[in-house]
Amino acid sequence: MKTIAETRNFWLLVALGGLVTAVGLGAAHTMEVHGHVITGMDNAVVWGLPHVFAIFMIVAASGVLNVASIGSVFGQPVYKPRAPLSGLLSIALLAGGLMVLMLDLGRPERVIVAATHYNFSSVFAWNVFLYSGMVAIVAVYLWTMFERRFNAWSKPAGIAALVWRFVLTTGTGSIFGFLVARQAYQSALLAPLFIVLSFGWGLAVFLVVQAAMYRWNDRHLPAETLARLSRLLGVFIAASLYLVAVYHLTNLYFARQAGFEAFILRDGGIFPLLFWGGYVLLGSVLPMGLLFHPRWRSEGAVLAAALLVVAGAFAWLFVFIVGGQAWPLDIFPGHVVSSSFSDGQIAAYRPTAPEWLLGIGGLGAAFLLTTIGVRALDFMPQDDLPAVKH
Amino acid sequence: MSGEPKAVDGGRRAWLGVAAAGLAGVMLAPGVRLIEIARAAPARTGGADPAVRWGMLIDTTKCAPGCEDCVTACQTENGLGTPTRPTDARWIRKIEIKEIKTGRQASVPVMCQHCAEPPCVDVCPTGASFKRADGIVLVDRHSCIGCRYCMMACPYKARSFVHEPLTDQHPDVPRGKGCVESCTLCVHRLDRGEKTTACAEACAKAGHGAIVFGDLNDPGSEIARRVREIQTTQLRADLKLDPGVRYHGI
Amino acid sequence: MWRLLAAVLLVLVGNAAVAAEPAGRTPKPAIEPAKALTQCIAPTEVMRRDHPKMLKHQRDETVHGGIRGAAASLKGCIDCHAGAATHSVAKAPGDFCVSCHAYAAVKIDCFECHASTKGTQR
Repeated sequence: MKTIAETRNFWLLVALGGLVTAVGLGAAHTMEVHGHVITGMDNAVVWGLPHVFAIFMIVAASGVLNVASIGSVFGQPVYKPRAPLSGLLSIALLAGGLMVLMLDLGRPERVIVAATHYNFSSVFAWNVFLYSGMVAIVAVYLWTMFERRFNAWSKPAGIAALVWRFVLTTGTGSIFGFLVARQAYQSALLAPLFIVLSFGWGLAVFLVVQAAMYRWNDRHLPAETLARLSRLLGVFIAASLYLVAVYHLTNLYFARQAGFEAFILRDGGIFPLLFWGGYVLLGSVLPMGLLFHPRWRSEGAVLAAALLVVAGAFAWLFVFIVGGQAWPLDIFPGHVVSSSFSDGQIAAYRPTAPEWLLGIGGLGAAFLLTTIGVRALDFMPQDDLPAVKH
Repeated sequence: MSGEPKAVDGGRRAWLGVAAAGLAGVMLAPGVRLIEIARAAPARTGGADPAVRWGMLIDTTKCAPGCEDCVTACQTENGLGTPTRPTDARWIRKIEIKEIKTGRQASVPVMCQHCAEPPCVDVCPTGASFKRADGIVLVDRHSCIGCRYCMMACPYKARSFVHEPLTDQHPDVPRGKGCVESCTLCVHRLDRGEKTTACAEACAKAGHGAIVFGDLNDPGSEIARRVREIQTTQLRADLKLDPGVRYHGI
Repeated sequence: MWRLLAAVLLVLVGNAAVAAEPAGRTPKPAIEPAKALTQCIAPTEVMRRDHPKMLKHQRDETVHGGIRGAAASLKGCIDCHAGAATHSVAKAPGDFCVSCHAYAAVKIDCFECHASTKGTQR
């Protein structure tokens, strides 16, 4: 039975999420009417802040399903009751990310063309199937978990979801990995990098949502469960940091891109600031401290660590996506160049209000879907059932 | 087929014959009607010839720094207007280069290189970015959804995105908001039977003669002769994209 | 209760009926005659029904095949059907394409990219 206060609070949250989403849709509409000239994007930086938001949500959507995989596929008892919430978050984040991505298109009304004309040498074309298939598979997976007589099928469905999201995240990394001309991107390392990043970002989002739900319902995570989840997040952060380091070292020593690496890591102003301060310090080192230090660990510390990881993710994505485009293309190796089209110059990019509002609108859509889902069905992880052993 | 004794094959041959005749009639009839309409139409061009590969040879030793004749001609021919902002379209631009080690300088016009293996074509999700039979790489704006992936993929920064609503387009060069575009090698002129692009024509008219345009597959064409005789390079040849534009002097 | 509902429905439907034919809202299409002494490439009924298909097929032939000046080319249509005052098929509300499409409420985006004017007029 829901109390009057609970119902009222639910509708308040829906109103809030709906408002944020509506503002985002309005921003997308002005972008469509006036064109991208009202954004900070131009012919040098063609993918901007909306892509940062969208790719975060899509990568996190894949990673958040990890919790379910560890439960269903690897049989860990602590994770099994968390699997349905993980599935819901996966669908909600994917929906939010795709909303931002599709509304940022130059011609969003032509999404139907994208759905009916395919060039299969393009990762984007595969993604149409991979992303929509992901929603379908996770929906089936959720069904096997909710419908008692299909519970036996939840392991095969979980395996299918696991395989599918590995392919999907490999595809997301390959969007950039296949770009031969850009110094930031031409690397086979990007596919595994994105997979490992998805683990950390997805678990962080899961922990934030779980903490919010527990606080809302005045419940507390058992200490051992908290310890396990926080250790896992710490491990994922460390693994991500390792692969990011390998990526930069590869650029330096194998691809000999000293100029580009110096720009990103030392000379590029906002980019080194966001990378070292945002991703490394605030997004990796500090959270690991909060998660691993025995004296600091608490529910509040784990929540703070998860939020920091999310902030660090946005910082890293901004450096990766925008920084990679800000560095000029090397059309004439060994030469210094200049032109009226800013050849040879670092491209400037400052996001404008419609871009911020669209990106936040996507987060709002994910929030809205999660809120409605959690209200409609029983996604709350039930740790106190006798079947679950701690 | 009615009162006679049945043939050994049970009348199947006759049936097949009638069916085949009927099928042929059904398949040919629409074609007959189309030919009717087509003949009544005004002069229709032949279309892209797969035996041709259009290309360009640019002799940068004849390019003066500060000369923008090719750029201006392109802007006029295609209705692009003079670009002032980073969001304005540029289909061709002059890049002033200086070799770091030697200090040698050159002035280089750079446009879409019309690669034989275009990365922009590989990454386009809808197939809007495509290579025509005669080697010209184009954007089909009917299918372009404006995702800008091709702009990320192009090694030469050849593509521009239209950032605002346009009016007053040239009737031969449709272009509009939300789609990506780049040098078309003046495809609207070539299809009409003209022999060269606006930039090459303007350069020749001004007396510089730095740009030669022609069919790389025709051994008798001027461009094919020149690339046989003088040393030429392709930009970023290491990427193995086989551009149709070649440069001499860099 | 049911009578109230019926009355409300009647008022709504009545309003809709009255609103359907107001003076000066979207005028019925007034097709300006095309260029004198010419015949369209197909009978009017065929054109009305099939012009989307013809244009779609032709655009692929032109863009991918490089075939210009064919029967169903857009420039060919504009050449005959451009209005006398505006020299265009889409500039003024009474122009050829716009007048029918506005009435039928079928938005076309052709002229976001294509010039709607005849010849070399801009």
